[in-house]
This record gives sequence, C-alpha cells and structure tokens, in this order.
Amino acid sequence: MKIQVQRVSKSFTADGRRTPALVDIDLDVADRELICLLGPSGCGKSTLLNIVAGFLEPTSGTILVDGRPVTGPGADRGVVFQEYVLFPWLTVQGNVEFGLTLKGVPADERRRIARRYLELVGLVQHAQKFPVQLSGGMKQRVAIARALANAPSIILMDEPFGALDAQTREILQEELGRIQRVEHKTILFVTHSIREAVYLADRVVVMTSAPGRIKQIFAIKLPETRDRFAPEFTQYESEITRVVKEEVAKVHE
Amino acid sequence: MARGSVLLSVPEMMEWGLRGPAVPRRRALRLRVLSIVLFLGAWSLAAGIVQAAGLFNPIFLPGPWLVLGKVLAMAVQGELWAHVGATLGRVAIGFSTGAALALLLGLPAGHVRAVRNLVEPVVELLRPIPPLAVLPLFIVWIGIGESAKAGFITYATFFPMFLTTVHAVRQIDPLLIRAAQSLGARPRQLFFRVILPAALPEILTGLRLGVALSFFVIVISEFIAAEQGLGFLINDGRSFFLVPQMLGAAVLLGVLGYAGNALVRLVERRVARWQQAV
Repeated sequence: MKIQVQRVSKSFTADGRRTPALVDIDLDVADRELICLLGPSGCGKSTLLNIVAGFLEPTSGTILVDGRPVTGPGADRGVVFQEYVLFPWLTVQGNVEFGLTLKGVPADERRRIARRYLELVGLVQHAQKFPVQLSGGMKQRVAIARALANAPSIILMDEPFGALDAQTREILQEELGRIQRVEHKTILFVTHSIREAVYLADRVVVMTSAPGRIKQIFAIKLPETRDRFAPEFTQYESEITRVVKEEVAKVHE
Repeated sequence: MARGSVLLSVPEMMEWGLRGPAVPRRRALRLRVLSIVLFLGAWSLAAGIVQAAGLFNPIFLPGPWLVLGKVLAMAVQGELWAHVGATLGRVAIGFSTGAALALLLGLPAGHVRAVRNLVEPVVELLRPIPPLAVLPLFIVWIGIGESAKAGFITYATFFPMFLTTVHAVRQIDPLLIRAAQSLGARPRQLFFRVILPAALPEILTGLRLGVALSFFVIVISEFIAAEQGLGFLINDGRSFFLVPQMLGAAVLLGVLGYAGNALVRLVERRVARWQQAV
C-alpha cells in the first residue's frame, strides 16, 4: 500500500471547546491510484488531506507513506492548492524549477525538466511570465507542473479546480486525466463535485457531514478515457448523488 | 504584456474597467512638470507682489531665482559641497545602521513568535517617545560629535523600519510556506527563498520611510550642534536674516530627500519586477 490512513481522528480546540473534525478514518490507497474524497463542505476532507500532507498533526492515529509514518511536509508528497499559491516573485519557469533548485539540481537540468512539464500542461510559451500575468486556469496548470517537476510519488490536490469557471474546470479535468495516464502518480483529490469525482477517480470516498467519517467507497469501473454522457457514467453519478444528498440533508436539519 | 497592445492580461483588463484607461506616460510627465512650473510661478508672483506693493521687507520672501542664485553662488565658491557632504554622510551612516538593525531584529521577530515576544514590548514602549525628546540625551551620552548625529538618525529610523519589517514577514500568506515545505524546503531555504522575497516589497516601503525620516531628523540635530551641514546653514541663516540661504538649504534637503526616495524606488523596481509585470 502506498498510503495507509490508520484510525486517524482530528479535533480542533477553539474557545476551550473541542470540536471533532475527523473520526476514525481508515483508508488504504494503492500505488498509482487516484482517490477522490467527496463530501459536504465542512466534512473534514481537506483536513484529512492536510494531515496526509503533514501540515496538520492528527489527534490520534497515524499516516504511513510507503510504510513510514508521516511527521511533516516533504518533497515525496506534492500539494496542489485551490488558491494556486504560486511564488509571485518567480517566473512560471522559476516556479516549476523551485523544488529542483532546493535539491541543488544544476541549472541546465532544471531547465530541461521544467520545459518537459510546461509542455505537458501546454504553457511553454508562457515560461517567462510572472503569475500576475496569468489567468486562474493557467496558474493552476503551473501549480500542477511545479508539483510534478519535483517528482513526488504522491500528489495531494485540495479542490484544485474549485475556483475555476465550468469550462476551464472540465478542460483541466481532462488534462489531469491525460497527465495521470503518463505520470502514474498516487493522487488524493478533494472535491465537492460528484461529476469531477466520477470523471477522475479510481475510487470515490464519500464522507459524512461533520464530524467526518467514511460513509461509503465506490470503485469506479469505467474505461481510462471517460465519457461524461455515457449511461454508465450517469449511473455512477446518480448513485453517488443519492448517498451524498443524505449527508447534505443532515447538515441542514 | 506591452502597453497599448490589443490583447490585455486579465488583471490589466480589470484595472482598465475599474479606473478607465491609464494616462499615457508622456502626458503624465507633462502634467508633473506643469505642477512644478505652476508652483514656482506662484512663488515668484508672491515675491513680486511683496516687492511691488511694499507689504513687508522683501528680504523675508525672496523669489525662487534669488534662492537659486544663492545656492549656485555657494556651489561655485565651494562651501556648499562641504555642507551637503556632511549631511549626506551622516544620513548614509545613520540610516544604513538603522536599516541593518531593523532587518537583523525585524526578520527573526516577524518569523519566530518567541523572538517577537521578546523584542516587541521594548520597542512598543520606546516607540511613542518622540525621537526629538531623546536628542538631548544623545548629546549628554555621546557628545555633540558626528557619532551622536548618526546615532540619532539610527535611533529615529529604527522604529518604523523595524515595525514594517515585522509586519512584512507576518503578513506572508501561510500557504506560500506550506507550498515551499511540500516542495522540500528546509528552514534555511524557507527563510532565504520564500520569506525574504515575499516580505521584500513591504520592507522596501519601510526603508523609504526611513530615508525620509533621516532627512527629517538630521536637520534638527544639525540645528543644535554643528559647524557644517544643511541644517547648520538654515540655523546660521536665521541668525543673520539670510533668508535665501535658509530657503536654499531647505530646497536642497527636499531635493536630497526626493533623490533618496527615488533611489530606493529604483531598487524596488529592480527586485520587485514581478509586481510591475502586469
């Protein structure tokens, strides 16, 4: 197993009150698997991602990556944020090379690798621009290239397409699918879009509303290149929608 | 993206939509020059009216040309350069020491909570005291020599530069830190490759404040005890009603302050190229 989430719980303390966010999460993620974490907002899916990234410590339980416990953030787990979070003082190329620079990779090697990933996301001609000059979709492409160029075996994506318009969002979903068929990363992808989850995931993990537990796991047995209008696709969509709706209803009770 | 090109970037388009088209550079420059010309014109007019109508003794309000003449005369005689040099030297030493201290203490104080809790209370206690109030103390402690003048600038400029540095580090988006950490940044790399560049624009704003403040306070310490410097020229002029000399020195201080500001702006434009990239 690539990632093992073992009885992970997390609660936050504010004003002396403890609020549980995650309760007893157990999840095994296989190598090269793409898992979508799906659930109503506030269900703790991003919290789980942040724990796997090493940004947060679980209150109890452990996360193992390649059998070793996670103790903090590291270059083996690339992260793509909803807010893009590019380094604004670096060019597109500088951003993509950032992790390699930290490792001390020589400049020509860095340039070669950056070029490869900028080609993969279709931004080679924008290599010398600064992030302020890019649209949201382009920024997120840079963030994906930056994560990939650092050669992590795991990529954690926290609603990466959540801030984009519907068209850009679908285009990027398709690009991610295409990239995954080349790069074969282990991906943990947080989303609240059911369509997005069915389109991308090998397995969809539906979480309960707060405190977050795993409610149900759907294995998506669809071909690698997916058709959003195929009957099997919509079949999965409606099945998952039914399960998610139960949870959303609970939030509003 | 080049200015005036048809394809605008998204932020540029938004700026355009919100505030209308930017004023072309040449027209902006013309307006700026016009503003100075109008000011000099109003000044000349006022001086002329005083002279013509005999409102009061015209030596109290000499026109700009008289002031310029006095400055040029002093420049030709050579005495001006000693005064300008003395002021500039004190500002250079005092300001750079202040800036170095502000960065040396401010960067760690912004980054590490323990350091901040240790340093900030003292700073907050001393900061509300007007620097002028401690000038006599400086004279008592270190005398009226050069080190007291430079030291006074250091003291006065330290506070705003320290506070902007602390703020510059504290306002850094924590997600930038997380992004760098998940790309493998160790603490040292985090500091030099993320925190420093992210804080730099605001730090430079603080330095510009410091430069302006340097010229502000140097004059005062040159009033009290100096044989040279632009502040001395003003004070000396006061004793003998040499108004053109007083105004000339004041104008020179303004020009020097402006140049200092422009110098830091130049550095800003160099290191924060990405901000103007739009």
